[in-house]
Amino acid sequence: MQLRTEKIETDFLVIGGGTAGCWAALTFCGARSGRVLIVEKADIRRSGCLAAGVNALNAYIGRGKSPQDYVDYARVDAAGIVRGDLLLTMAERLNGVTGALEGIGLTILKNNDGSYAQRGWRNVKINGENIKPLLADAVRKQAGITVMNRVNVFAYIVKNNRICGAYAVSIDAPVLYVLSAKATLVATGGAAGLYRPNNPGFSRHKMWYSPFNTGAGLAMGIRAGAEMTTLEMRFIALRCKDTIAPTGTLAQGAGARQINARGEMYEDTYGITTSARVYGTLCENAEGRGPCYLKTVGVAQEQDMELQKAYLNMAPSQTLRWVESGRPPSAENVPIAGTEPYISGGHTAGGYHVSTKRETTVKGLFAAGDVAGGCPQKYVTGALAEGEIAALAATAYMGEHPGTATEAETEAIRAQLEGYLRRENGASADVPEEAMQSLMDEYAGGISRAYRYTEASLTVAEAKITALERQSELLAAGDMRQLVYILELRERLTLCRAVIAHLLARKETRWHSFAAHGDFPHKSGAWDCYVNSVYTNGAFKTFTRPLVTEGESYEH
Amino acid sequence: MSIELRGERCVGCGACAQICPGSLIRMRRGTAHMESPERCWGCAACVKACPTEAIALFLGEDMGGLGGRMTVRTQSACLYWRVRLPGGGETIIVTDSRDANKY
Ligand SMILES: Cc1cc2nc3c(=O)[nH]c(=O)nc-3n(C[C@H](O)[C@H](O)[C@H](O)COP(=O)(O)OP(=O)(O)OC[C@H]3O[C@@H](n4cnc5c(N)ncnc54)[C@H](O)[C@@H]3O)c2cc1C
Repeated sequence: MQLRTEKIETDFLVIGGGTAGCWAALTFCGARSGRVLIVEKADIRRSGCLAAGVNALNAYIGRGKSPQDYVDYARVDAAGIVRGDLLLTMAERLNGVTGALEGIGLTILKNNDGSYAQRGWRNVKINGENIKPLLADAVRKQAGITVMNRVNVFAYIVKNNRICGAYAVSIDAPVLYVLSAKATLVATGGAAGLYRPNNPGFSRHKMWYSPFNTGAGLAMGIRAGAEMTTLEMRFIALRCKDTIAPTGTLAQGAGARQINARGEMYEDTYGITTSARVYGTLCENAEGRGPCYLKTVGVAQEQDMELQKAYLNMAPSQTLRWVESGRPPSAENVPIAGTEPYISGGHTAGGYHVSTKRETTVKGLFAAGDVAGGCPQKYVTGALAEGEIAALAATAYMGEHPGTATEAETEAIRAQLEGYLRRENGASADVPEEAMQSLMDEYAGGISRAYRYTEASLTVAEAKITALERQSELLAAGDMRQLVYILELRERLTLCRAVIAHLLARKETRWHSFAAHGDFPHKSGAWDCYVNSVYTNGAFKTFTRPLVTEGESYEH
Repeated sequence: MSIELRGERCVGCGACAQICPGSLIRMRRGTAHMESPERCWGCAACVKACPTEAIALFLGEDMGGLGGRMTVRTQSACLYWRVRLPGGGETIIVTDSRDANKY
């Protein structure tokens, strides 16, 4: 198969038409004239984390609270390893974007006085089933935005540490795109599929994070020499067992508490930070008091229907489970389990090291949403807020066109891709993908190791991942879809190596489960700093940086 | 976790193939085919996009699925979720995008 090359030029290139990407495109158009191009691997109407819908807006500043309260909360939850500047600038925009979401048609529950109905002080109750179609509609109505759906971006074009654009391939047709732009936003989300999942068999993609967010943006940045931060702070979610559906609606919404097999509530023993909730469940199981549940027996039977509807709006598999078994929440407690680790800057703090304006260390390349680090607990509204900040910074950045790839550079990329397409008797990406997930599980702190690792185990993981990386050069693709599977595998392998380097670097256990170092099982004040990394000459260099607080403006 | 495509109900509109966030569905000879059932996330985007309830969500046996099948019919702001139960019979739940979650 031969690839046709197509060149496309724009002003503002948005890589990934998800939550942050769509919002950034809209913000850019609202702020200045110019062409915006969203390049999305799926279809922006249902792509990314929001495909099935969401159950609430998890980041909002409720009555009587301030953005600083949100910063304080996130800082405690992350045991101090956050960027105060990023959290505060995000938190200041949370309520504005919530109002704007209502403006594009999102249903938000209201009190009699017209204020939003809150769930706790940080959540707003909504119907989030159609949140992505609503965002896509808003994008469609903006004449300045062009959307390319089903086009997968896989490498940046960078000259002298300045971004010029990116390379992409069509999922359907043999086309290589050379995209060039004055400024670029990466908004490809976080990464799932690095570790062996909860259901490794037929249902292996029934995971919590989107299995189609493969860490492309992170891997592209790493390869281009962009500085990354806090990738060792993995995210492990406590979820409904088997369906891996979110638990917030049951826990915060219906007041269901975590209990062990004896019916004892164990949250108070371990604490209620995000990582402690996972860790507590793990300990109860390890000490023979499992399985653990969310105690739903006792909720009123009338609540059953409302809960089943709420889950249809974000995780229909859980409602299917309740209905097909004839055991609704009031009849049976919901078993819970920790997921495999993900990298998600929207929940924990791993991702691009960015300036306060969300510029990465590559000039002209901005990052927002789950791909951007330093700013955990972003969720939907925080991704929108970061999309806004990044897009506004990009409007100010717009200068001359920085040029694009040379013919020779494009030819080299094309030859490499055609190599996969032409190769006969090569393996597909499936086998090495499973091998990668198994070895990350075993040696880099996956589910089967209770999320723990040691320096010795990480060293094994690093060697095996590097070997897989070499092997993956010889894979074969029968069509464009399979070619993208290979590119995705290679992204994950790059990211695995980065995660391992970060886990090795932080010689303490600051967060249970998220980064549980067997050789250093305690927290140490010496590590009140960020672990950052840069990939150069085929190796990761890790180093620390001092904490940045709110009120400061951070520039590279 | 995956979907089942009922070919005899498929009208070949291609809506599911376009919408799947993993690009897992392909049109072949005018009918939709699930290319990699084990890569399905279970988001139900295709189930909702299908105009003829030809696509059903089910829970894989490896995750304790019992054989129920879920399809969706859309009528203006409402989604009619139909679950065909493993032992026969069905349940329909209606959600309305104008109603927020109570929890
Ligand atoms: C199951 C689930 C439930 C959640 N529930 C809630 C909730 O109830 N409330 C809440 O506030 N938050 C919730 N969150 C968190 C929230 O949805 C995310 O933090 C947020 O949507 C992330 O936005 P993003 O733009 O970074 O990523 P996404 O919205 O996922 O966007 C990334 C986009 O990039 C595209 N992409 C990826 N790679 C490429 C590539 N190589 N080329 C081109 N395009 C690419 C993807 O297809 C996708 O469209 C939930 C998350 C998940 C996974």
